[in-house]
Amino acid sequence: MATTEVRGLGHSVKRKEDERFIRGKGTYIDDIALPGMLHMELLRSPFAHARVVSIDTSRAEALPGVVAVVTGELMAQHNLAWMPTLSGDTQAVLATDKVRFQGQEVTAVVAESAYVAKDALELIEVDYEPLPAVTNPQQALQQDAPVIRDDKEDQTSNHIYHWEAGDKEATDRAFDEADKVVALDTHYPRCHPAPLECCGCVADVNPATSKATIYMTSQAPHVHRTLFALVTGLPEQNIRIVSPDIGGGFGNKVPIYPGYVVATAASLLLGRPVKWIEDRTGNLISTGFARDYHMHGELAVKDGRIVGLRASLAADEGAFYADAQPSKLRIGLFHIVTGSYDIPTAHVQGDGAYTNKAPGGVAYRCSFRVTEASYLIERLVDVAANELGVDPAEFRVQNFIKPDQFPYESATGFVYDSGDYEKALRLALEKLGYEDLRKEQAEAREQGKLIGIGLASFTEVVGAGHGKEYDIVGLRMFDSAELRVHPTGKAILKLGVKAQGQGHETTFAQIVAEELGIPYEDVEVQEGDTDNTPYGLGTYASRSTPVAGAATAVIARKLRDKARTIAAHLLEAAEDDLEWERGRFSVKGAPDRAKTIQDVAFAAYTDLPEGLEAGLEGVHYYDPPNMTFPFGSYAVVVEVDRGTGQWKVRRVVAVDDCGVRINPMIVEGQIMGGLTEGFGIAAMELITFDEEGNCIGSNFIDYLLPTSWETPPFELGETVTPSPHHPIGAKGVGESATVGSPAAYVNAVVDALAHAGVRNLEMPVTSDKVWQALQEAGLAE
Amino acid sequence: MTETVVQEGVTTRAMTVNLNGETRAAEVEPRLLLVHFLRQTLGLTGTHLGCDTTSCGACTVLLDGVPVKSCTLFAVQADGREVTTVEGLQKGAELHPIQEAFREEHGLQCGFCTPGMMLTATALLKENPDPTDEEIRWALSGNICRCTGYQNIVNAVHHAAAKLSGKGR
Amino acid sequence: MYPASFEYFAPTTLDEALEILERQEGEAKVLAGGQSLIPLMKLRFATPRALVDINAVTGLDTLEEEDGGLRIGALVRHKTCERSELLSGRFGALGAAAPLISDPIVRNLGTVCGSLAHADPQGDWGSVMLAVGADVEVRGPGGARTIPIEEFFQGPFTTALEPTEVITEVRVRDPGPDSAGTYLKLERKVGDFATVGAAVHLSFANGTIGHAGIALTGVGPANLKATSAEEALAGRELDEDAIRNAAQLAAEAAEPRYDIRGSAEYKRSVVRVFVERGLRAAAEGRSHD
Repeated sequence: MATTEVRGLGHSVKRKEDERFIRGKGTYIDDIALPGMLHMELLRSPFAHARVVSIDTSRAEALPGVVAVVTGELMAQHNLAWMPTLSGDTQAVLATDKVRFQGQEVTAVVAESAYVAKDALELIEVDYEPLPAVTNPQQALQQDAPVIRDDKEDQTSNHIYHWEAGDKEATDRAFDEADKVVALDTHYPRCHPAPLECCGCVADVNPATSKATIYMTSQAPHVHRTLFALVTGLPEQNIRIVSPDIGGGFGNKVPIYPGYVVATAASLLLGRPVKWIEDRTGNLISTGFARDYHMHGELAVKDGRIVGLRASLAADEGAFYADAQPSKLRIGLFHIVTGSYDIPTAHVQGDGAYTNKAPGGVAYRCSFRVTEASYLIERLVDVAANELGVDPAEFRVQNFIKPDQFPYESATGFVYDSGDYEKALRLALEKLGYEDLRKEQAEAREQGKLIGIGLASFTEVVGAGHGKEYDIVGLRMFDSAELRVHPTGKAILKLGVKAQGQGHETTFAQIVAEELGIPYEDVEVQEGDTDNTPYGLGTYASRSTPVAGAATAVIARKLRDKARTIAAHLLEAAEDDLEWERGRFSVKGAPDRAKTIQDVAFAAYTDLPEGLEAGLEGVHYYDPPNMTFPFGSYAVVVEVDRGTGQWKVRRVVAVDDCGVRINPMIVEGQIMGGLTEGFGIAAMELITFDEEGNCIGSNFIDYLLPTSWETPPFELGETVTPSPHHPIGAKGVGESATVGSPAAYVNAVVDALAHAGVRNLEMPVTSDKVWQALQEAGLAE
Repeated sequence: MTETVVQEGVTTRAMTVNLNGETRAAEVEPRLLLVHFLRQTLGLTGTHLGCDTTSCGACTVLLDGVPVKSCTLFAVQADGREVTTVEGLQKGAELHPIQEAFREEHGLQCGFCTPGMMLTATALLKENPDPTDEEIRWALSGNICRCTGYQNIVNAVHHAAAKLSGKGR
Repeated sequence: MYPASFEYFAPTTLDEALEILERQEGEAKVLAGGQSLIPLMKLRFATPRALVDINAVTGLDTLEEEDGGLRIGALVRHKTCERSELLSGRFGALGAAAPLISDPIVRNLGTVCGSLAHADPQGDWGSVMLAVGADVEVRGPGGARTIPIEEFFQGPFTTALEPTEVITEVRVRDPGPDSAGTYLKLERKVGDFATVGAAVHLSFANGTIGHAGIALTGVGPANLKATSAEEALAGRELDEDAIRNAAQLAAEAAEPRYDIRGSAEYKRSVVRVFVERGLRAAAEGRSHD
């Protein structure tokens, strides 16, 4: 048997999935063409809030090439005009009574080509009666605000929920005893995951077979299958969701969007496949946005130590409460807001409000609102350091949770698995040359040049999660791995998660290589087809490695146990007398008496001990005992132009600790992607609205994404603090940089102006805002 | 390969294009965008669509060797010209150095921007065989990537540059 | 994403193109680079009955010096200008602007003359031409005519061009042997329109400024010539005092409006800063051809 070096954990092997992508042979949803396929386009509301008086589709229906025009009324006849959201609310599929945000889906045209469908959209006449629009939570929660969700019987205001965590009394006492209180009001603005591929589906309800195959951009195909069954009434065994290649997800492809439901209904009614691919405007104006939290934070400080934290927030939820997050958590994992700091008491509260905007909120690599929390604490800590006259790095170190405090129970009930925060920060400072930079900054200031240094030391929480606490619409958040080894020693691994660029086809094969000794090249990884894979909750919130990765390790180890039994049989030795060296069992003391895993695989089908079941396979559904807590320290250096307010990033140093790294190259790729998204969010990304609720930021001319020119280069470092409860010690890392970096960028720009009394800048930190601050501080050119 | 649906009564126009070295002929509506011609009429789905305002570059192809956004050209404008798509990068089974470089340097994650990115890079390297980081970033600033943060893409272009000059091209 | 239907013509001579435009009675648009027109058509903000594609017409891609000035043909692409040695030194304002138009891929197809015809008030070339001084050569059913750039822009997306006319070239006037210029653009990222743009051009005569051109992008209903600032520089030595004074006058001449990019006060301040910086850069870039 040829020996291939078995590369498991820690190897930066090249990705297997690249083979098709570099050839342009990926299969994204829009690449799929089925015989007889029709094309669907959506007509969207121009108004943020309006009564729908009438819809005349007659001219559209008469256009040659148009097969059907679907209205809310038609959907209502099939009980499909409304659908449940992932947060227990309802959302309009197609408008019936009112439209509640600009861009809301009103009608759909199904035609022989998308060009004709678009022609037909222009022929539909909708009579609207505009209503006053509500464009922020403060306005929404006022006494006289128009009630947006008057479709809901018991909804008499725009208030959705109130949620609390922590200990109010103890925290109030801590604040009473503090010698200083530092406060900050800040808005984490509405932004959007904007993956390069928009959302879409090809719905193929086949009348001959009764099988509904829905190819869709889905980060959670099994959940979507179950939801489709519940919403449409189609029997779940006849529904197959196929999510092939996805061109970026970042949380955008977790919710169920009206387009998917209408396309499926259309396919069912017409007996032909229906393709719906939204355009970029549809994506930005109607699909799950991210953030939009109005936050207030306070730190109680005594003798230089943080002794209490208060945080309150108003969440702008849009017209339907459709956050994609665990059902018991109204504001996600925001209560991680004590961050990396040993804060004895904290109180967190949040209120959600309806507004005339698209629904969403939990998206864009947020780890269920950890981005918002991390931003608040890292900005607060910097503000506090500044007010106390303490170096921001030292202030952090003084308040960090210490290594000997782990597992650490936080004031809001998290049990942090492991961490060494000071080590990561010191490494970042060393790589940066922090001391020298502070000197350079002071000298530059003398010459009228503004340099800023910004730090962020984040702890985030991923790997949802233990079934009792974490569920999506009741479905517990376990995940799964089904591993089958073939007679020729190759294997197939099927997962309940679904990558959108994270490299699972390679990294999960590496886990099998590590545990079972089968070369990763010989392990085929499959995800995304619900007919073919075990039930899972999908890929988002950095959960794949913590949960499905654990399931993979567990099942691989179970197969290794069975392999030992077979090997013992082949070697005519006792199981206890065998030694395992990745991929090979040998007899203790007689190393030449050995069988490879490939030998064992063959034997599993040909030569088994009496009574042992054939095959070498199994499935494991892993219920994580706890979350995992990746962390890191980032440092950003900027230069500010005093004449224009523009800032340029000179350096980014990022030290991450995600425990054991399966594939360092892939981990670094995730981090660099996140650092770029963090930069975009800090500098330029914004969806905003005028008073009438018109959306500004619904195309890439207005919604600005950093190009290779603006994006700085990154210097990466690592520390490794394994997770004690994870089978391979890994923690998940996909979102760390998006969580941790925005505060670092903002802290840097504020730091450049702090000597002149500037305390805060709101994101996106655009040049006009910086100029305004320069002007007020007497620093403008 | 799927045919592009043309409605009755709509005037079409004959066109011939040299597509990845092969002559292809078709009858298309003038309003058919080049990107749709490639994806739907010719069934070459390696060229992707990412936006509706000519902003993202996912649809980049080479027109007579020059990068263009195929969503902002009509198919009929390519009549009599040479178009190169990602499918035309490899020669038989042999990958273009840029393709190998993207794989070696982890210059892609979801793969959606990759075809356009690679084509723009090959045009750059033809003109500037040994570009600096800055020159690469400038040349690629019309191609958006959401996944990689660009750094590995820059590395991939350097890698391909070294390979191409090593081959004496 | 899907334009409305139109008829398509691809003439090979200018006469043919003009004849089609006339026949279409003003309902046709000229297609050169298409990088402004086609995006509008995809969103159905523009629905011309016909397109007259002039890319196959020969003789429209001249980029050359003539009699001390510069001829830029209708089919000269932004990228050609970005690469051309001709656009440095005396024509520095053009050379500085070319790389800042849109993004590198759009620059491969988009044309200078197409930009002028499109007359986006946030378009960069308009300011550059106003600053250096140019004449737009046009052909139409009535024959050929020359439109000075000062009369060419009439408002947002509105020019003195008739719908049956085609720009054949723009002629940049001879700036004299001792001249320099630059273009500064505040954009939020590559591909963005200017928040503020400033084209600065200086022609020197005997050590003093003979003629100054200052034109602004994004701070008015159209590209704006800062005449008072220009006049204040004429005949003066380019010292700090002159620079600051001109920059202040240019800022006062601007008509910025508050929008997502910033306040009017902000933009006005950037005008001042840019004109100062531009004048200093022009002073350093003086060439004696």
